[in-house]
Amino acid sequence: MRDAAAILAFALAVLGLAFTTDSGVALTFLTMTLYAALLAQAWNVLGGFGGQFSFGHALFFGTGAYVQAIAQLTFGLNAWLALALAVAAAAMVGALVGALTFRYGLRGSYFALVTLAFAEVFRILAVSVDFTGGGVGLMVPLRESAANMQFGSRRGYLMLALGFVVVALALTAWLRHSRFGARLQAVRDNEDAARAVGVDPFGIKLGAIVLSGGLMGAGGAFYVQVFQYIDPGIAFGPATSVEALVAAIVGGMGTLWGPVLGALVLHVLAETTRNLFGQLPGLNMVIYGTVLVLIVTFLPRGLSGAGRSVRDVFGKRTAASASTTGIAPGRRDD
Amino acid sequence: MLSFDVLFPSVLNGLTTGAVYALVALGLTLIYGVLHIVNFAHGAALMVALYAVWLLKTHLGIDPYLALPIVVPGMFALGYLLQRVVINRASHGKDENILLVTLGLSIVMENLALMAFKSDTRTIDTPYTLTTVAIGPAMIALPKLIAFAGALVASAVLLWTVRRTDLGRAIRAVAKEKQGARLMGIDVDHVYAMSFGIGLACLGAAACFLLPAYYVNPQVGGGFVLVAFTIVVLGGMGSFAGALVGGLLIGVVESLGGLFLGESLGQIGIFAIFIAVLLFRPQGLFGARA
Repeated sequence: MRDAAAILAFALAVLGLAFTTDSGVALTFLTMTLYAALLAQAWNVLGGFGGQFSFGHALFFGTGAYVQAIAQLTFGLNAWLALALAVAAAAMVGALVGALTFRYGLRGSYFALVTLAFAEVFRILAVSVDFTGGGVGLMVPLRESAANMQFGSRRGYLMLALGFVVVALALTAWLRHSRFGARLQAVRDNEDAARAVGVDPFGIKLGAIVLSGGLMGAGGAFYVQVFQYIDPGIAFGPATSVEALVAAIVGGMGTLWGPVLGALVLHVLAETTRNLFGQLPGLNMVIYGTVLVLIVTFLPRGLSGAGRSVRDVFGKRTAASASTTGIAPGRRDD
Repeated sequence: MLSFDVLFPSVLNGLTTGAVYALVALGLTLIYGVLHIVNFAHGAALMVALYAVWLLKTHLGIDPYLALPIVVPGMFALGYLLQRVVINRASHGKDENILLVTLGLSIVMENLALMAFKSDTRTIDTPYTLTTVAIGPAMIALPKLIAFAGALVASAVLLWTVRRTDLGRAIRAVAKEKQGARLMGIDVDHVYAMSFGIGLACLGAAACFLLPAYYVNPQVGGGFVLVAFTIVVLGGMGSFAGALVGGLLIGVVESLGGLFLGESLGQIGIFAIFIAVLLFRPQGLFGARA
């Protein structure tokens, strides 16, 4: 209930901001931050709540993007109908990858690598087959109307992005309070113990990757609607996977607001450096990478868990000086 | 299509590429076998080494093969420092953290290279770049043959180091039983950093052998990451013999894939093998420990 109120307050605050400013820069900034928050929240469902670190979430993003474009271009479908298809297709790819990897018990680094490999396979396929337009990519013609999910004003895209983020937040809030979410977190924390009390880890993880993939697919569809263009590198390349993962980890994995916070902080950082140093290719990613290393090193719970991490460091020092053996393997609990 | 005259050169070419792949994968498997670090920055580190070779050639006129004594120790130092200063501190003893930190490092390295060198693809010119050698019906570029021989020699040196030297014994001891090794007076942090350094030194050697017949751009490492992981997983994580055989095998698969499916689609063979091995035989062909 408190989560619902917080999400509502968040939506109203963003709307308030959107209607008090007419600055195109501010509106674009808000829209792209919301879009980044959507990707981060999608990753967070599987990575944060499920403990399955995907390095290839672009797989779902690209699937959503291509289905969104192809449904409109080749089959002449309405953009909103295409969106439903894009989300469904991305969720289905999630189910497929999840069924394969979780069936064989892949975890940790193996799961990260296999998702990356799947994204790479899809990228190569997208370059090689005809219906994706090959390496040239696909252009969606500009036909501005709300029925077409293309908006004349920047505010329209902002509202669309806000809608996606609210859905993602509501889903995450549900994960925090529902039986499914509790099971998912149990599997993350200790899979064997969860199995022992009757949780089916395979089914639970499968559900998580389907939800996560679907949200990521919506992100891909949104990208196509905003930029009217998609190619294999944008769709399945590593940049999107990295963006989703870094924002979620920087903000705080397995939390409701962490990914939103992470997306905001990263975008403020990116904008600031762009204003300071101009448009240097690669600079953004250098900052993302550095922030990722720093956060993992010093604030493993992300920004939203910063307080606890700091307390932990000092708490651990006193505990360490009290212990005399030093032989016991120093496993740190979260 | 399937005649010997077509297949033989293709297989031979694949073997020469595969030897360099094996060298890259040996570094990766050493780092995994000892530190249990899935070094995601391996490809980016190779890219750094390739740029080092390129800079030495274009600015100082140093031949890539003569650059070996500069690039290999340089990469070793980089690896030693990265492990000691960054990765060791960030890990908090959790594999996921190491995965994320090495991913962060690879993003930083790749994009620093992008800022410094732009995204242009660069090659070097040497007197022997276009020299070819006839082996049966095949014409093989001389740099590729040298790379093949060099990669095998470097692999042998690495194997000798791990099997026969005190450092190698310490490395194997730490890999098997960290606490026990510490109690025997082995400086575990130092051995970790040495292993990471040696792993990156392999990349230095690979870069010197690779560049005369290859190219460098900021993204070049990305392709190698998955290929190297494929080899390591195929050969069995931490298995040196597996990495060598796996490297040669993957080189041939890539070459034949390119022959039958074309340049871009041909690469799919590698990833198909990768996914299949991960799913059905994650301990690899030679690996006993999973």
